[in-house]
Amino acid sequence: MSTPAPAGLAAVFRAEHGRVVAGLARRLGDLDLAEDALGEALVVAAERWPVDGVPPNPGAWLTTVARNKALDRLRREQRREHKHAEAHMITDPTPHEPTGPVEDDRLRLVFTCCHPALGPEARVALTLRLLGGLTVPEIAAAYLVPETTMAQRLTRAKQKIARAGIPYRVPAAADLAERLDGVLAVLYLVFNEGYLSHAGQAVRDDLTGEAVRLARQLREMVRRTPSLGTQPEVDGLLALMLLTEARRPARVAEGRLVPLAEQDRTRWDAALVDEGHRLVRGCLALGRPGPYQLQAAVNAVHTDALDASMTDWSQVVQLYDQLLALRPTPVVALNRAVAVAEVDGPEVALGVVDRLPLERYHAWHATRADLLRRLGRPQEARAAYDAAIGLAGNDAERAFLAGRRDGLGRGPT
Amino acid sequence: MTQYLLSVHTDFDDVAGTTEAEMQQAYAQVDAFNTELQASGSWVFAGGLTPPADATVVDAAGPEAVLTDGPYAETKEVLGGFWIIDVADLDAALDVAKKASAACMGKVEVRPFQGE
Repeated sequence: MSTPAPAGLAAVFRAEHGRVVAGLARRLGDLDLAEDALGEALVVAAERWPVDGVPPNPGAWLTTVARNKALDRLRREQRREHKHAEAHMITDPTPHEPTGPVEDDRLRLVFTCCHPALGPEARVALTLRLLGGLTVPEIAAAYLVPETTMAQRLTRAKQKIARAGIPYRVPAAADLAERLDGVLAVLYLVFNEGYLSHAGQAVRDDLTGEAVRLARQLREMVRRTPSLGTQPEVDGLLALMLLTEARRPARVAEGRLVPLAEQDRTRWDAALVDEGHRLVRGCLALGRPGPYQLQAAVNAVHTDALDASMTDWSQVVQLYDQLLALRPTPVVALNRAVAVAEVDGPEVALGVVDRLPLERYHAWHATRADLLRRLGRPQEARAAYDAAIGLAGNDAERAFLAGRRDGLGRGPT
Repeated sequence: MTQYLLSVHTDFDDVAGTTEAEMQQAYAQVDAFNTELQASGSWVFAGGLTPPADATVVDAAGPEAVLTDGPYAETKEVLGGFWIIDVADLDAALDVAKKASAACMGKVEVRPFQGE
């Protein structure tokens, strides 16, 4: 066995974190104890593995060491009577369910971390910490909050789980669809947080990768749990992430956002595009379209075109019609209007856009600016670009918008 | 099993504005819900409270007990009634709370009691 570099160790730790914590949490009935015990096991691994090599099954090794650490601690604390019961749980674990203990435990942990009784920010942070294995400083950096704030948020969430009795189990069939929606929403939030930053900040770029990894795991867990039935939205979300992620190498050039139509399509990740297309075809064939599947399908139409001029815009409009029926929000209507501009022309699209109540949304101003530019109304376009730049969230987007604004001709006066 | 307090925060000024028919409907729904809760075995205790104007605050933390007329907090929405239930976990408590909220036609706060 080779001696891994410390960076390699970190990758193994992160990959194993979710399943080890999930298994320990079930046996110990205590998330904090599970996390602390794994932390101690990681310290041992960091000493031993560079010398002895990484064991063939690192997850099982970490689980055994962590369980012994937890047992030691419980024995030391055995003065308190209820701890006896917990120690008993370790030596007498509940029987595994037929779906397989590992998937089962992680699936339970996903539903606990994404419980609707926790605030949305707490759900995201807990999922990244417990399932993703990100450290508190990493999560704090990704969400641009002080480390102490993030540590408090995690502590409060774990206290609520323990004190309020948030259960550690997959919800009953009647509640499952609704609760799965909540899990998908958390993974989508994590992905978007990484994607929207697109300013090349390393930690935030990491979030898209983490969201993809967790979505893959969720899909695998659902697939291996027949009682959950088919859940096409899980495939839809993964496909949406993959097709978005595939375009990342072409999205920013020299610190400037490159719009879809101008991206160098040879730089897209062909393997991710293929996988995303396969997933989209598979889930749409089930005939139960949902918001993630439809957004993935829109992305599939774009990534299907060899160059921008070959895009099947009428299909994009149709998909947005379906999405608008499911999610009648102004933002969906705005995205639909962008496709309408390609089918029916910028004038029709501008009529739609101008009626949307999105004055505080930078993409609304950016879309108006582009439509006005194409309609030969540069003065109005300039004002719209200025408004979009004032509201844009990152430098790459501001650089793109400023470039477009500065390229405007004087136009008819 | 865990005990939870399900509390209903009421604006007693608003109550004056509700019609007799609405009041009767809420009473009937809560009665039916209480019967169902008792049958399920989750019932510990429940009750409705009179308006906050009837409250008296007692402070005997100092050397002499001080009595003050009126409620502890001068807020519009005060505790109007509550249930105490004993169920397996928060999911079970939230299910009961959904029915309680529908029955009394108001928001219900769910809070666990401290463990041993």
